[in-house]
Amino acid sequence: MRIVLYIWRQPHRDAPGRMVRYEVAKVNPDMSFLEMLDVLNEELMNRGEDPVAFDHDCREGICGSCGFMINGVAHGPLPGTTVCQLHMRHFRDGDVLYLEPWRARAFPVIKDLVVDRSAFDRIIAAGGYISVNTGSAPDGNAILIPKEIAERAMDAAACIGCGACVAACPNASASLFVGAKIAHLGLLPQGQPERYRRALNMVAQMTQEGFGSCTNIGACEAVCPKNIKLEVIARMNRDFLVASWRARREARVEGFG
Amino acid sequence: MSTAGVSVRGEPAVRFYEAAIGKKIVMAVTGFILFGYVLVHLLGNLQIYLGPEQINAYARFLHSTPLLLWGARVVLLAAVILHITASVQLWLLNRRARPVSYVMEKDPPAGYASRTMLWSGPIIGAFVVFHILHLTTGSVGLPYRELDPYHNMVYGFRIWPVSLSYILAMVLLAMHLYHGLWSMFQTVGVHHPRYTPWLKRLAAAFAIFIGAGNISIPVAVLAGWVRE
Amino acid sequence: MELNARLPSGPIEQRWDRCRFEMKLVAPANRRKYTILVVGTGLAGASASASLGELGYNVRTFCFQDSPRRAHSIAAQGGINAAKNYQNDGDSVFRLFYDTLKGGDFRARESNVYRLAQISLNIIDQCVAQGVPFAREYGGTLANRSFGGALVSRTFYARGQTGQQLLLGAYQAMMRQVAAGRVTLFPRTEMLDLIVVDGRARGIVTRNLVTGEITAHLGDAVVLASGGYGNVFYLATYAKGSNCTAIWRSYKRGAGFANPCFTQIHPTCIPVTGDYQSKLTLMSESLRNDGRIWVPKKPGDKRPPNEIPEEERDYYLERMYPSYGNLAPRDIASRAAKRVCDEGRGVGETGLGVYLDFSDAIRRLGRKVIEERYGNLFEMYQRITGEDPYTVPMRIYPATHYTMGGLWVDYHLMSTIPGLFVAGEANFSDHGANRLGASALMQGLADGYFIIPYTVGDYLAGTKLDKVSEDHPACREAIDNVRCITKRLLSIKGKRTVDSFHRELGRILWEYCGMSRNATGLKTALARIPELREEFWRNVNVLGTNEEFNQCLEKAGRVADFLELAELMCLDALERNESCGGHFREEYQTPDGEALRDDANYAHVAVWEYQGEGRRPLRHTEPLTFEYVLPTVRSYK
Repeated sequence: MRIVLYIWRQPHRDAPGRMVRYEVAKVNPDMSFLEMLDVLNEELMNRGEDPVAFDHDCREGICGSCGFMINGVAHGPLPGTTVCQLHMRHFRDGDVLYLEPWRARAFPVIKDLVVDRSAFDRIIAAGGYISVNTGSAPDGNAILIPKEIAERAMDAAACIGCGACVAACPNASASLFVGAKIAHLGLLPQGQPERYRRALNMVAQMTQEGFGSCTNIGACEAVCPKNIKLEVIARMNRDFLVASWRARREARVEGFG
Repeated sequence: MSTAGVSVRGEPAVRFYEAAIGKKIVMAVTGFILFGYVLVHLLGNLQIYLGPEQINAYARFLHSTPLLLWGARVVLLAAVILHITASVQLWLLNRRARPVSYVMEKDPPAGYASRTMLWSGPIIGAFVVFHILHLTTGSVGLPYRELDPYHNMVYGFRIWPVSLSYILAMVLLAMHLYHGLWSMFQTVGVHHPRYTPWLKRLAAAFAIFIGAGNISIPVAVLAGWVRE
Repeated sequence: MELNARLPSGPIEQRWDRCRFEMKLVAPANRRKYTILVVGTGLAGASASASLGELGYNVRTFCFQDSPRRAHSIAAQGGINAAKNYQNDGDSVFRLFYDTLKGGDFRARESNVYRLAQISLNIIDQCVAQGVPFAREYGGTLANRSFGGALVSRTFYARGQTGQQLLLGAYQAMMRQVAAGRVTLFPRTEMLDLIVVDGRARGIVTRNLVTGEITAHLGDAVVLASGGYGNVFYLATYAKGSNCTAIWRSYKRGAGFANPCFTQIHPTCIPVTGDYQSKLTLMSESLRNDGRIWVPKKPGDKRPPNEIPEEERDYYLERMYPSYGNLAPRDIASRAAKRVCDEGRGVGETGLGVYLDFSDAIRRLGRKVIEERYGNLFEMYQRITGEDPYTVPMRIYPATHYTMGGLWVDYHLMSTIPGLFVAGEANFSDHGANRLGASALMQGLADGYFIIPYTVGDYLAGTKLDKVSEDHPACREAIDNVRCITKRLLSIKGKRTVDSFHRELGRILWEYCGMSRNATGLKTALARIPELREEFWRNVNVLGTNEEFNQCLEKAGRVADFLELAELMCLDALERNESCGGHFREEYQTPDGEALRDDANYAHVAVWEYQGEGRRPLRHTEPLTFEYVLPTVRSYK
């Protein structure tokens, strides 16, 4: 089958970019979307043209490297699927597809479809962990965790940090990503001591990185390849609210002391 | 390109409002106050169906307790100002967060209501100004008699463009309330896979009740069911 | 090349304790004066960075991905072993040690493997404390599942995403140190050379993958945790970026390379469908618990599977290995699949595939139970192949999955270059000639959390290191070397793409140095690989410049190294005149086609020393001695 692509080409961060038309003539329906781009790139290189840059690594839908917009939808039309796991059999002969990088102030474009998502790493560094030094852990079974809690924590922990939530959100909000980590750690007993500190610090970092705010639209949930639910955002809000309240009270108590 | 660690400083309260979530929570709380007012206001207005004596007595009662009246007005004004300030700030923040838009835009999957908050808000705001000038201060040149809401409504709504604008504003208000109502729960952290769908239904019921209740008055006047 | 493994003596249970006690310590206040460079942020690299940072060292960590969280440890599905004996089924440290050593076909060191089994206990505790959401029982205790090659249930798991959750735990611990200022992170940065000063590893040369800037980073010790080299086969279950460059260029600086021919071929992967295929996807080994593997009895039988009657099917694993059946270990199941396909009985369009059939299990247990057990795997299969495994049997075929070989290290995980430590899959240490399922995660974390932090300290405390500056001749030479390679690659401007060379190399290697090898084939490969390499350096087409984000250039450098490593693998396979674990030499097999080990002549680690371009590397050996477990013939019949 034949696919027509309009791809965002931008040589580097500070250069202007534009949509360029390409055609891939021999697309096999069993190819993955990225394999189709591999074919395009081989053709481009054989013609001496700069291949299209896109991030990808595991190609199994778990590393979170890949991702771009296909006709305005993050990771393309198949729900719960990263673009590396999207196969061409879901498209039709002659389809015209627009490929664009994630768009957000916090995700500057590096080249073509590649963006800089290091803001996510900085948000995790601000508090997305449980502070436990190597060697100081009690026996694994010393902490009993009800199965339901472990399952819910795992639901949230499944986030792959791909950034599709930010890309899909009309406000470029990172709430689903941040909420997922806050929910994962905040649900577990191990995560309780730092629960509110974590919420304050991660939210503050998210604000500083220039992400937008959540307006409860649900576009993030719809494109999330790991089906993370809006519930995690409510959890983040709640923890943040409680944390702010407590921080105030503690500040007041300290003031009197 | 290294990823530097970040330390977090600042007074808690400042930090609270600096964060988008803080602003959202302010919007949720003030929105809830405004919703409460709109509900009470509607219940007051529906007394029109009980005849002029009833509703005018209600108006006189309100005016006879200035502390309650002005207390409510101050709270409402503060809520409106905070609600609008926060929403404008968030709107600016969100615009800055996505400086380049997509060539291919796809509508997000959410309902119509959530995407219209941005312009239903200002229109409702403008309507409220007109509404106060019309029925509270009587300064837009429509028939107005001090402390006689029954007369004011009946004569006001007989003019069909006035009624129409009220009806349209109420449709928008209903949509605004529908998204705002369930969304305020999400914003303050109430979410449950089992109860949230019910919350949404409840929000819809309230929104429809308020919209339909308010719309019924001009319709009743135009149809001649309520008359002098 | 001197190979002193520094193995401790004494009873095996006490060796690691004694070794730790004998190690020199660095005073807490002095630790920040030492800089340690860590290359790679998978389980081993991230956990080492986190632990070294916690101790107070000044750590600089590098990864080629855009974020350290994307390292390929993330893709491990099944689980992680630990000898907790929570199931009361007779597990013990000694049993895990025994199973691992036997699973590796007696080609690993007893001391190392025992230490691994001991540390496995601490790993689970550490990960639980970090918030890794392991599967739980209703009572709140940790759940276990069983895995290939063991008769006890000791595998801990987090759905089918154990690797992801363990990696995120290590990544988060490391990010905590980043926030504390102890670890500095360099994402999108690739190590391209090792700086050796006065015989000691003192730094690395990196290329910034966004700007192309080539930089020397100096330090007091270097830890390589850059993963395995299975992508040398082009088609593998590895991430596309996984490469051998860090270890290969260190080998060329003098680090010994051990057992390069020991590669693991995993039996249950989704078969190749076409030339465009870029990678292979693993289907968890757990599927073999309920799926039955078969091929038609008649060669060339092209009927759809559902039309082939029961009596014309060959459930070959059940037939050949009646006691283990479909659960035979990985190397054995893979070879059996190859054998039936070689006989022309393979299925699918390419004839390279066998059926993994769940229809019996669905009949017996009901579709619902199968859905609960394997739902997400079935979904993944359907997403990739477009076929519904509930109604049509899955097609699977073996694919390269892990490399047991790697840089040689001693008991302290130090290579033959002092100051160069190697952790995780990048080293050769613990799995012998075949790795058991759920052991890779265990080894990566054991190395990173619990071994490297001690042994690096011991090295630093016991070594006097002079200050090295960036204009040291060794440093300048390494930078020049990297610039020179880059320039050369960019100046060829030939006709063939990098991938086309890589694909061809993969085909040669798969054919002659894959699941089974023989001397003639290996000699053919040894003739063809240098030809291909010569053509590469004459005719490869690398577009663009160094001073930009250039994925083509990145790939070219990696493939150039694969083209050299492939030759060493074939050489090693040719020299090892026995069959063991994943290394199956057709000349050395029992009458019924099983691997025939030669303990008299090959109970050793083969360690290769680089001798310069165009010269044959030297083969050294480190003898393996067995005091606690005597080598026996592995039988799964």
